[in-house]
Amino acid sequence: MTDSTPSAGTAAPKLRLGGDDGWGYAPAPESTDHVELRDRYGLFIDGEFVDAKGGRTFETANPATEEKIADVALASDADVDRAVAAARRAYEDVWSQLAPRERGKYVYRIARVLQERGRELAITESLDGGKPIRESRDVDIPLAAAHFFYYAGWADKLDYAFPGRGARSLGVAGQVIPWNFPLLMAAWKIAPAIAAGNTVVLKPAETTPLTALKLAEIIREAGVPPGVVNIVTGAGETGAAVVQHPDVDKVAFTGSTEVGKLIRRALAGSGKHYTLELGGKAANLVFEDAAVDQAVEGIVNGIFFNQGHVCCAGSRLLVQESVADEVISKLKDRMETLIVGDPLDKNTDIGAINSRAQLDRIEEYLEIGEAEGAEPFQTSCPVPERGYWCRPTLFLQASQSHRVVQEEIFGPVLAVQTFRTVDEGIAMANNTPYGLSGGVWSDKGAKAFRVTSRIRAGVLWANTYNKFDPTAPFGGYKESGIGREGGLAGLHAYLQPERAA
Amino acid sequence: MSEQRPAGAAAADRLPVLKTHKVYVGGRFPRSESGRFDRALGPDGTPIANICRCSRKDVRDAVTAARAAQAGWAGRTAYNRGQILYRIAEMLEGRSAQFETLLAAGGTAPDEAAIEVQAAVDRLVHYAGWTDKFQQVFSSVNPVATSHFNFSILEPMGVIGVLAPESPLLGLTSAVAPAIAGGNTTVVLVTGSQPLPATTFGEVLNSSDVPGGVVNVLTGRSDEMLAPLAAHRDVDGLLLCSPDPDVARSAEIEAVHNLKRVAVRPHEDWTDVQSPYEITDLQEVKTTWHPIGS
Repeated sequence: MTDSTPSAGTAAPKLRLGGDDGWGYAPAPESTDHVELRDRYGLFIDGEFVDAKGGRTFETANPATEEKIADVALASDADVDRAVAAARRAYEDVWSQLAPRERGKYVYRIARVLQERGRELAITESLDGGKPIRESRDVDIPLAAAHFFYYAGWADKLDYAFPGRGARSLGVAGQVIPWNFPLLMAAWKIAPAIAAGNTVVLKPAETTPLTALKLAEIIREAGVPPGVVNIVTGAGETGAAVVQHPDVDKVAFTGSTEVGKLIRRALAGSGKHYTLELGGKAANLVFEDAAVDQAVEGIVNGIFFNQGHVCCAGSRLLVQESVADEVISKLKDRMETLIVGDPLDKNTDIGAINSRAQLDRIEEYLEIGEAEGAEPFQTSCPVPERGYWCRPTLFLQASQSHRVVQEEIFGPVLAVQTFRTVDEGIAMANNTPYGLSGGVWSDKGAKAFRVTSRIRAGVLWANTYNKFDPTAPFGGYKESGIGREGGLAGLHAYLQPERAA
Repeated sequence: MSEQRPAGAAAADRLPVLKTHKVYVGGRFPRSESGRFDRALGPDGTPIANICRCSRKDVRDAVTAARAAQAGWAGRTAYNRGQILYRIAEMLEGRSAQFETLLAAGGTAPDEAAIEVQAAVDRLVHYAGWTDKFQQVFSSVNPVATSHFNFSILEPMGVIGVLAPESPLLGLTSAVAPAIAGGNTTVVLVTGSQPLPATTFGEVLNSSDVPGGVVNVLTGRSDEMLAPLAAHRDVDGLLLCSPDPDVARSAEIEAVHNLKRVAVRPHEDWTDVQSPYEITDLQEVKTTWHPIGS
């Protein structure tokens, strides 16, 4: 006994769960046998699944196995024309004529079927996109259903949206969404749009089309009139056709700042409505009076949630110098417990990188970070042989001019910097063209709220991180976007105020 | 030229003292760094005064002044901003006769000039009252489904570039008042055919406890000043008061560089352009989360 008791000055041996030391977890894979996936998916236009004109398709694959899942129709300009025409007809003839109460009931139905088919959707999301089943099951799908449920209730209350003003819908919305939260982003786009009385043409990302197409099945199952929601699959060209279509009244885009600027330029002078949710490089500030263990959990959640494929990820850790050693040491220990692997395994913390292209991009940044002089740290966990994987990674001693500090990596890579004073921390946090989100860790309420009020970003998490809710507006300052999604502000994005009669 | 200057009636035996119309930047009244001038014309085309023809360097200097003033102005209490806006109204009311003369010299009929000055004063009073109320109407506590205190408030966008409307006083005040009521600072480009009320409005601002740099007024030409302002990386938003779609479009394209927010006001008649949405269109929504627990 005496021999194994740690003496003063000797660190206790670290207990690691999940390694090869007998403490490992047995695999706990989610069963997939109740999930029906077709070999081939069409476009969802005017209430029907149809082939693309010319019959072009593309493959969607499982990034954890690199195996093809299905062929998906590749929409051309002509297909987008068809979809916009269907949306316009549905808007003019049906949806805008419907009693708001009835419109809301359709949206409620969608929310309910999403809940009923939740597990199937979670598994499909993890198969097609690589995210851990724990996250798709507990975050993506329930939140998607909650968005439909929240906005459904607004449908017959639009008179209360703008104090002193009436409200009217905009018409046809063209919407393009990314691959990091495929179904949830579809819900963020479609739910407020149709509840407010618009019709939509939505383009999912080319690597993750399946849950949007299952949503199309659900929308049909819910009896939503044909043409109210149209889903066209494809890559960038299809997306460009959607946002540039002359008969689209409102554009909603979530994706990179680079593409967002191209869209904004194309819309200049058009008078069309638009919302852009773009990139981020959020600072997560840990002050010396933070609860360190909670902060470490928040740092891990901030950057490793969804493999770091999160526009609001806390990808810059700014830690006050006096606690930096302790925080970084505990962070490394905590990172060593993270399990990278099979997205369908309920033990998995970090799933597959979404695509080969994204993995290449992340690996390029790993090289850049090292070449620029930051000090890399990567955990030692095993990763599967096939599929796209990246171990959780830190860049210590990073400086403000490093590209891994300035640019969005969109992977499980955290740049670590230190600061001395509160003002310096705030200045470093704001020293970026982005302004989507930020985190503050301090047990002093006055300081926490002073810092959140001085960070130029749209979403601030104090002593928490990466929380989302349909009632809470989300969106960026500066080059992280224009407009908000969620809450009443997210409803405004699909309405026009007009003078009360 | 001097006979047409709006300096009021001069006694026959006295030579009137004429005013040099300068720009208003950072609380001071400099001339354009370029040394160039344009002529303000009366309705019959006769020159009535020289005005500064500002350069893009003047635009950059004005943005620097606006940025320097921004945090301080946004940090004033809403109550204090309201008092200062009200003070602007008081100063303008006291100078009514001067503004009526200026408007008349630019071609506004005397009775309309009086109405316009009164409307401008009332507009300032209106927005003075909104400074400590729009947040109450438009912010929210969000009932999230987790144990968090979650609220969304409005924050000023920051530095707003304003292309002032042709309407020389009511349009000007209708554009600037909601911008500064919400805590923004502004760079105002006066490019219309009647610039003199705007340069004199700078004097009203200067005597109204408005901190230097909160409103910066430049005179000159749209085709020289608008593009550098719209492209400037340290400007957060644009308020384009122009009915010309080409002006708005080209400024919007320049604004893409740093994704400035752009609000377009094509109105020619500003009588009814008054609402809290003029304030909220120049605000950002910030959502803050904090756990509720022990």
